[in-house]
Amino acid sequence: MIKVEGLSKRYGRTLAVDNISFEVQKGQIVGFLGPNGAGKTTTMRVLTCFLPPTAGSAQVAGFDVVKEPLEVKKRVGYLPENPPLYPELDVAGYLAFVGKLKGIRKAELGARIDEACERCAITDVRKTLIGKLSKGYRQRVGLAQAIIHNPDVLVLDEPTSGLDPKQIIETRTLIKKLAGEHTIILSTHILPAVEQVCEQVIVINKGKLVTIDSLENLMQRMRGAETVALQIEGRDGALDAAQAQRRLEQVPGVSRVVLKESADRHAAFEIQSLPGRTIRTELARAVLEAGWHLDELRPAARNLEEVFLELTRTDKETGSGGDK
Amino acid sequence: MRNILIIWRKELKVYFVSPIAYHLLAFTAVVFGFFFTVATAIFVSRGMQAMQMRSAMPMDVNEWIIRPLLMNISVIGLFVTPMIAMRLFSEEKFSGTIELLLTSPVRDLEIIVGKWLGALTLYAALLGASALNLGLLFLYGQPDWKPILVGYLGLLLQGGCLLAIGAFISTTTRNQIVAALITFDLCLLLWVFDWVSSYEAAGWARVMSYVSVLTHFEPFSKGVLDSKDVIYYLSMIFLGLFLTSRSLESLRWRA
Repeated sequence: MIKVEGLSKRYGRTLAVDNISFEVQKGQIVGFLGPNGAGKTTTMRVLTCFLPPTAGSAQVAGFDVVKEPLEVKKRVGYLPENPPLYPELDVAGYLAFVGKLKGIRKAELGARIDEACERCAITDVRKTLIGKLSKGYRQRVGLAQAIIHNPDVLVLDEPTSGLDPKQIIETRTLIKKLAGEHTIILSTHILPAVEQVCEQVIVINKGKLVTIDSLENLMQRMRGAETVALQIEGRDGALDAAQAQRRLEQVPGVSRVVLKESADRHAAFEIQSLPGRTIRTELARAVLEAGWHLDELRPAARNLEEVFLELTRTDKETGSGGDK
Repeated sequence: MRNILIIWRKELKVYFVSPIAYHLLAFTAVVFGFFFTVATAIFVSRGMQAMQMRSAMPMDVNEWIIRPLLMNISVIGLFVTPMIAMRLFSEEKFSGTIELLLTSPVRDLEIIVGKWLGALTLYAALLGASALNLGLLFLYGQPDWKPILVGYLGLLLQGGCLLAIGAFISTTTRNQIVAALITFDLCLLLWVFDWVSSYEAAGWARVMSYVSVLTHFEPFSKGVLDSKDVIYYLSMIFLGLFLTSRSLESLRWRA
């Protein structure tokens, strides 16, 4: 649905996007991940024909963004970081304007507005002036604007920025609901958003593509060996954390034990297995045999945050980072 | 064409749901009403004097009231066009709605012409407010209506030309105040350039005088419809809108 090849964008002397290539299949939700200034917005602006690329090409729904921008624009719904709203208009009037602009015929317009309002849960504010709406509502009106013409591709730039936690969850649910019919590409620097919504992740940093993979693979790849968080408690009186550590190191399959925290009776460890070994059963047995209480034993799956930090850090270490 | 109409309607809607249109209409009505009152009062007092002195000096409503008033509206136009044009693109750039327009399946030219026509329509409404005053003259006298029509055509052309320049200026900044100031500066300069022709006849003075909107409006105020003036205004409108389209396109390249 989206095909980007060797895309670069230069603003004056800064190279904002540097030779990025990726592909997005129909119906996928793709997370565009990167720190601020990584080139996410620039890439999205190229995909929506707001900016022409300096080099390389981008195709959306089979049309080239430079050669056939009108065809691309018909098939793309775009929510910029700041929703493009006219505070003087009411919600229905605004959506009618955008709908007509996107080429919806008059006979269909009313039904489309109703549908978009319903999907974005803004039916109750249809007659309200946009200038009087709260931030959360504005964001949803922005989203309604993007889906009003039922585009093949939705490009959402930081759809949850500036919202409160409840609104973030609502927006996320909404985006998930939109998936399937639309191919969605959304950018964010807030990682849980990607973890919960996206199937595919594109990580960029300083204008360069760091990695592109499915979320599952990405997490798996970073996990490798199993990491377990363990918390124990001595049965009577104090617990000798150092001694406990030595004891745990002898459990078969364990490669490394790190003492994270120890109070007088408690101790928390992070334990890493040898590659390809599972150690939780062994650990539990060892704890019971040693006569400790088992407070907590869980796989410490590294979250996307760590994955992300690691990915962008390796990028720096290999010295291939962005502009000179 | 459909897209131009969509943009045009939205522009008018935004003008008329905000205080801009009402303020400008009220401003024009009050200021022009004042001019009209003064002009008619002077005409009446002159008429009384003429009668007392039994002179047979011809008193022509078109020459004594309407022509100076048309010149006055043209000056009011200098003040209102920056106020109308300032928001055309600055506001969209400031609020980010320009991204919506430029990523919608419409051509730049359709956006520009739609916006310019919206501004021109508001300006025409202001002219309409002034024309109501002149209508009163028809109740009490028989002014010649054809020069008035030509005069208003000239006002519309002048407005179109200044609004096109204002639209261009508006694409260059996110700040509406700055857009209004620069547009006003240009309007004023285009107005006064003609003054050099009163003391200088060299080539450069003729060029400056030709560029001035005043030079080309004067014949209209007299009811003279000359194709060279029409061509001047049309080419200025074309130039303004052309610069606007170039500037809008450069937004994409420079971002």
